[in-house]
Amino acid sequence: MIFVRCLTLVLLGGLTLAAPASADTTGDQPSSRFGAEGFMLSNGMQVVVIPNHRAPVVTQMVWYKAGGADEQRGKSGIAHFLEHLMFKGTKDVAPGMFSRIVAQNGGRDNAFTGEDYTAYYQTVAIDRLPLIMKLESDRMANLQLKDEVVLPERKVILEERRMRIDNSPAALLDEQTRTAIYLHHPYRIPTIGWEHEMEGLTTADALAWYGTWYAPNNAILVVSGDIDVAQLKPLAEQYYGVIPARPVPERVRVSEPPRVATARLEFRSPQVAQANWTRSYQAPSYTGGETAQAYPLQVLSQILGGGETSILYRSLVLKQQLALGAGSFYDPGARDITTFGFYASPRPGVTVAQLETAMEAEIQKLLTEGVSAEDVARAKSRMVTAAVYARDSLSGPANIFGAALANGRTIEDVEQWPDRVAQVTVAEVDAAAHQVIHEKEAVTSILLPDPTSLAAAGPAAAPVAPSPGETLRVRDDDGQAVGSPGPGILGEIR
Amino acid sequence: MPTTQLARTAVLLVGLVVGSFAIALPARAVKIDRVISPGGIEAWLVQDHTLPIVTMNVAFRGGAASDPAGKTGRATMAASLLDEGAGSLDSQAYQGKLEDLASSVRFDASQDYVNAGLSTIKQNAGVTFDLLRLALTEPRFDDEAVARIRGDLVAAVARRNEQPRAIASRIWWADAFGDHPYARPTDGTVKTLAAISVADLKQFVHDRFARDTLKIAVVGDLTPEELKPLLDRTFGGLPAQGAPVAVPETTMQESNALLLVKKPIPQSVVSFGQPGIKRDDPDWYAATVVNHILGGGGFTSRLMTEVREKRGLAYGIGSYLVPLRESGVILGSVATQNEHVAESIDLVRQEWQRMHEDGPTEAELQDAKTYLTGSFPLQFDSTGHIAGLLVQMQQENLGIDYLDRRNALIEGVTLADAKRVARRLLDAKALTFAVVGTPANLTPTRVLDGKGS
Repeated sequence: MIFVRCLTLVLLGGLTLAAPASADTTGDQPSSRFGAEGFMLSNGMQVVVIPNHRAPVVTQMVWYKAGGADEQRGKSGIAHFLEHLMFKGTKDVAPGMFSRIVAQNGGRDNAFTGEDYTAYYQTVAIDRLPLIMKLESDRMANLQLKDEVVLPERKVILEERRMRIDNSPAALLDEQTRTAIYLHHPYRIPTIGWEHEMEGLTTADALAWYGTWYAPNNAILVVSGDIDVAQLKPLAEQYYGVIPARPVPERVRVSEPPRVATARLEFRSPQVAQANWTRSYQAPSYTGGETAQAYPLQVLSQILGGGETSILYRSLVLKQQLALGAGSFYDPGARDITTFGFYASPRPGVTVAQLETAMEAEIQKLLTEGVSAEDVARAKSRMVTAAVYARDSLSGPANIFGAALANGRTIEDVEQWPDRVAQVTVAEVDAAAHQVIHEKEAVTSILLPDPTSLAAAGPAAAPVAPSPGETLRVRDDDGQAVGSPGPGILGEIR
Repeated sequence: MPTTQLARTAVLLVGLVVGSFAIALPARAVKIDRVISPGGIEAWLVQDHTLPIVTMNVAFRGGAASDPAGKTGRATMAASLLDEGAGSLDSQAYQGKLEDLASSVRFDASQDYVNAGLSTIKQNAGVTFDLLRLALTEPRFDDEAVARIRGDLVAAVARRNEQPRAIASRIWWADAFGDHPYARPTDGTVKTLAAISVADLKQFVHDRFARDTLKIAVVGDLTPEELKPLLDRTFGGLPAQGAPVAVPETTMQESNALLLVKKPIPQSVVSFGQPGIKRDDPDWYAATVVNHILGGGGFTSRLMTEVREKRGLAYGIGSYLVPLRESGVILGSVATQNEHVAESIDLVRQEWQRMHEDGPTEAELQDAKTYLTGSFPLQFDSTGHIAGLLVQMQQENLGIDYLDRRNALIEGVTLADAKRVARRLLDAKALTFAVVGTPANLTPTRVLDGKGS
C-alpha cells in the first residue's frame, strides 16, 4: 500500500501548491469539458448541442422556462398538470399517441416539472431525430385539450401526490419545512400542488398556462448524442424555427423579507421507524443572491458532508457515536434562492436533543475555527477530478445544460465548473459559511416515531438527506419515484 | 381509443417524416473483446476511448439465498463491510483514498450473486484495481466498522418495515416461496443481523470469492494489453474453487391469495404476481414480448392504458419478468387510493385473463417488437450500463455474440408463439396479491401484521 500512499501524496501535494493558480489543477483534466455549442433560432428559441459519438443515438430535450414557482396563486400544481396533459394530443396526434409513436420507433420518452422549468425528452436512434423533433414542435404549438382526457389525468396527478407525498411522513415534513424556509417566495409551494387546489384545476387553467408560457422564445432545445451543430441547425430551423415568437410575461418572483424568528417543526407518525433531524438556512444559488458564494458553498458542503471522511460523519458518527448518519446538503441550481442545511439521524438510545446539541457544536466550531487549507484542497481535488464522470451518459449532460440555461446561466458557466471550483479559496469558504449560517434564521425540522405506536420501538432509520429544490421527475415507466435530476448535478457526482 | 384509428395516425405521421417503419439500428454494434490474462483470467472488454474513465463490474455465484438459516442478511452485511477497511487501511484510510482518487469501489448482494465493481479515471486505474483486490482478499472487519454497519443495516430494515411498498413486496415473496430462501428479504431481519459474527463474514469471503464462478466485464479507456496485468493482479490471488452453492431449484407456491396488511395511509400499495419462467427457458423472448404488451411497456401497455390512461386510477402500473437462478416469477405493482383498490385488482385479473385467452394482436406484436429491438441499443450510453449487461450475459450463458443476435431473437417471435406463450404462462387464478393500506370493499384471504420476522 506504499504505492497507493505515494500516489495520493503526490496528487495532494501538487494540488496544494497549485491551488491559487487553478490552471495546474485542471490542466490535465481537459476531458471534463462537454464540448457543448449553442445557437439561437430566428424566433428566439435557444439551442444547445452536446456531441457524444459513442453510439448512433440521441436525446432531445425541450425545456420551458416556467415551473411551479411561476404559478398563479390558488393554482398550485398547474405547471406539472400541464406537463402530463402535453401527452394528450394535437390535431394531428391523437391523445396518448405521442408516447406510442415514440415507442413504435424504438424510443423512450418522458417529462418532468421543477420549480423553475418544465422539460420533455426522448431518446431515439439518430435516424429518428426528425420524427421526434416534429412531434415535440407540434405539441409546442398545437396542443388540444378536452375535459374527457383532462379529468382522468387529474386523478392521476392526485394519485401521484399520494404516492410521493401523502404516503410518506418524511416527504410530508419536507413539504411543510419548505413553507417555513421560504416566508414569501413561491418556492414554499409544492410543485406537485396542494391537494385541495389540484382538485380544482380545470382544462381552462391548463390551456391558460400553456398559452402563457409555451412559446419558442421561452424554450430551449438541448440535443445530446451522435450529432453536431451543422447537422442539427437545419432541422431545428425546419421544425422549431417556423413557430412564431409571441410575448411571454416577465417571471415575477417576489423576494424574501428578513427572517426574525427561528422556526421549529416536529412531525410524529406511526409510519416513522426512526427519528431524523435537519436544519436549513436560505442560501444563494448560481443565479440568485450572492451568487459568487455558490462555488465556495459547494466546497463547504463537500468538506462537511461529502461521504464517510467528511467532518460531520467523522465527528457525529465515528467519534461521538451519536448518529447513524450525518451530513450537509446544498444544491445551487435553483433560480432565485436555495437552501443550505445539515442533517443527522440519531443512533438507538440517543435523543434528538443530544444529537442537536452535538450538531450545533460542530456548526459553531466551523464558524469560529473555519475550514483548514488541507480540507479545502482535498475537497476541490475530489470534485474537479470526479467531474469527468458527468460525461459518462447521454441524458445526464442534457439535464445539466438544460437546467442551467433555463435559469439564465450560459454554456460557458457549465463548462467552467471545474475551473471555478478549483479557484475557491479558504477565505471564500469561511466567508460563505458566515454569510449563510445565522442561527436566528435557522429552520429546524424533526421527524419522530409516534411514541404511542409499537412500531416506533424499532431502532433508527437510515438517514435521509432532504431534497431541497424538489424537482419532480414524473411519468417514469414503472411509476416509481426516482431522484431529482438535480440542477446541481455537477456538484454531486460520485 | 379505437385501435384502427391509432394505427392510422401513427403510420401517417411516421410515413410523413421518416418514410419507413423499420428500425435501422443497431448499426455500429458494441464490440466485445474476450480478454484472457496470462494467469488465465477471462474478462469481457468493451473499449471506449472517448472518455478517460474505466468501469468494471464483476459477479460471484452465491448471494443472499445462500445465507445460513438464522443469519439472513450475511451476504448483504459482508458486501457493506468490504469497503470499510482492508489490508493495512482502516475504514477512514480506505474511504479517503477512494475519494482522493475520485474512484469508487462498490459491493452488493442479490439472491443469487454477490457483485463488485469499480469506477476510476484512467490514470488511477492501477491503484483502484488494487483497492478492489484488497477488499476481496484482505477485508478487515474491524469491530468499529462491523458495529457501525450492523447499526446501519438494522436501521434500514426498521425503515423498510414501515414502507408500504417494501412491506407489500416482502409479504408477497414470503407467501410465494414459503420455506425456500427466496422467501426471505436479502437484507435480513433485526434478529438475524444481530446473530452474524465476524467469523461468519470471513467465512462468506472465503466461500464466495473464488475464480471458478467469477464473471468480469470492463468498459472504458483500457486496451486488452493494459487490462491483462490488472486482471492477474486483482483476481489472481483468489482461490481457484469456491464452496458449492446449495440453493435448490423451486417453483413459486400458487396460493391464489389476497394478503392484507392494514396501514392508515391514503393510498394502498399492491404487489401482485404469479409463477414465471427462468432466463434459459426457450420461451423467454416470446414471454418478454407478451409481458411488454401486458404491463412492461410503460405508457403503451394494456395495464397502463386501462388503469391509468382510461380511468386515472393510479400514477403507474407495471409487470415484469423476474428471472431468478433457481426459479422465475412475473411480478407487478400498483398504488391507488384506498377506495379504488378493488377495481384496480379486478382490472389486473381481467387483463391477465384476456391476454391468456386471446394473446396479443398482430399490431401489438409488431409495435412491441419495434420498440424492444429499437430501444435495445439506447442502453449502451454509459460505461456502467454496458458493464452491467456484459456481466449478465456471462451469468446467463448468452454468448459473447448475444448483442448481435438479440434483436433477431425478438424479431423471430411469431403471433402464434406469443399466443401460445401467453396461454402457457399467464393465469389470472394463479395471481397472488399483497395489499398494504386501508382498502375499501376488499375481502382478503388473510390479514397479516406486516412485521418483519
